[in-house]
Amino acid sequence: MAIVNILQDFPILNQVNKDGKRLCFLDSAATSQKPETVIESMNHYYRTMNANIHRGIYQIAEQATEAYEKSREKIQEFIHAGSSREIIFTRNTTESINLVANTWGKQNLKKGDLIILSEMEHHANLIPWQILASDKGISLEFIPVQENGQLNLSEYQRLLNLQPKLVCVSGMSNVLGTVPPVKQMAVDAHKAGALFLVDGAQMIPHRKVDVQDIDADFFAFSAHKMLGPTGIGALYGKEALLESMPPFLGGGDMISKVFLRSFTTNELPYKFEAGTPSIAEAIGFGAAIDYLNQIGMDAIWQHEVEITKYAIQELQKVPGLKIVGPTDGVRGSAVSFTLDYAHPHDVAQILDSEYICVRAGHHCAMPLHTRFSVPATTRASFYLYNTLDEVDRLKTGLEKVYHFFG
Amino acid sequence: MDDMYREIILDHYKNPSYKGELDPCDLSFEDENPLCGDQLKIYLRVNEEGIVTDARFNGHGCAISQAAADLVVESIIGKNVEDLKKMTKEDVLDLLGFNDLGPVRLKCALLSLKVLKGGIYGVKDAEE
Repeated sequence: MAIVNILQDFPILNQVNKDGKRLCFLDSAATSQKPETVIESMNHYYRTMNANIHRGIYQIAEQATEAYEKSREKIQEFIHAGSSREIIFTRNTTESINLVANTWGKQNLKKGDLIILSEMEHHANLIPWQILASDKGISLEFIPVQENGQLNLSEYQRLLNLQPKLVCVSGMSNVLGTVPPVKQMAVDAHKAGALFLVDGAQMIPHRKVDVQDIDADFFAFSAHKMLGPTGIGALYGKEALLESMPPFLGGGDMISKVFLRSFTTNELPYKFEAGTPSIAEAIGFGAAIDYLNQIGMDAIWQHEVEITKYAIQELQKVPGLKIVGPTDGVRGSAVSFTLDYAHPHDVAQILDSEYICVRAGHHCAMPLHTRFSVPATTRASFYLYNTLDEVDRLKTGLEKVYHFFG
Repeated sequence: MDDMYREIILDHYKNPSYKGELDPCDLSFEDENPLCGDQLKIYLRVNEEGIVTDARFNGHGCAISQAAADLVVESIIGKNVEDLKKMTKEDVLDLLGFNDLGPVRLKCALLSLKVLKGGIYGVKDAEE
């Protein structure tokens, strides 16, 4: 395996239940576990430099500001953005996408305009556009998902002829594991005169991201899926676009001058960061990036390719199991499946009795489940700390489900 | 867990006695638990005295929701509709033989009660 011996870095993964079973966490697509260094970085902030950032004159306020801004630079380098002014801290991917919809979208889209999405989008990259669509009378079209889990790219080409203003797609499906060719899709979108937004929530934890190489106009992501804490995420946007956009939330920090009846906005990136942000979490985000860099994104991807391949091979041996999504080629580590004799809730409950954590339901992608005519699926998702042994435990657990329900 | 999937639950799930449709029926109610993708419809025949003379359920869901539906439907036949209004969460847990359930699985167990009460009262929330 590409990565070995890192379990000791993750305190929770050494937890053992009353039957002596070690925690088997296969739900990283929902949220990842956190290494000790991330947890400690936030404790360190609270213990030694807790102060509000940006305007404090005293030493600990300066230290806190420096640590917060250092995280922004780490994120900039991690995604290969041209400037740290292009990195906006948000609460999460959802807020990042809502920011674009409520600022760029409200300013630039008008009745009759078109946005292209795909059928496999997470609700975070669907509902903000639905709200905008009903507010402004714009229309939404969807790139279909084929039976094998891949996007229908010839249909994408046809939709581009309708002159969309914006294309928004996930860089990796949280249900199917599908990896759309975002770089080529961005080229095509730009040729058609549209901007290109990537929902990077599932992509960035697992693959090297270069926003300039993809030529994404916007790239949205969350810290908590990439070893960082909850409550912090980021939006990358091209500087010229961000400059042209109106502010999102109003309040402290996003202003330059304030009068009783008007204000002027602060410079980038602060223009979009109203109020006291999640300071400790931003610092934890930086520590998560340090950890990922230390392991290396290539090694992480390689590790997951091996585990996912093994998982797909082994799970298909379980009677009545059907994988929803690609079973070969380049794909992410989210593996969703159905068992024709057991409901996903029951599957997850029985696996839980083996101290195995999987997700059951629609994974915030109801239209995609409708597309595949299943009310719900069970999903196992793997990350850098998972092992081949855990795939074996999952398979054994599923055999127990078969024993009960098959 | 082994307690949750006791023989009685699995039996009502795999071989329900009251699954199907009633045609004609006097009342039918339908609701779903969109988070789980569970969906349930209950059919009642009620005579002039307000007594449930027959009942069925149809739909799909997990073992807990389906077994609960079978048990709830079985338990309401012969009862007055007015009495059904008094059915509680504890009554359903008693039927299932559970002392308690986690918040997520409780929703599964109570879907049939929610559908039943939603139909009788014409309101959706019957959890309290």
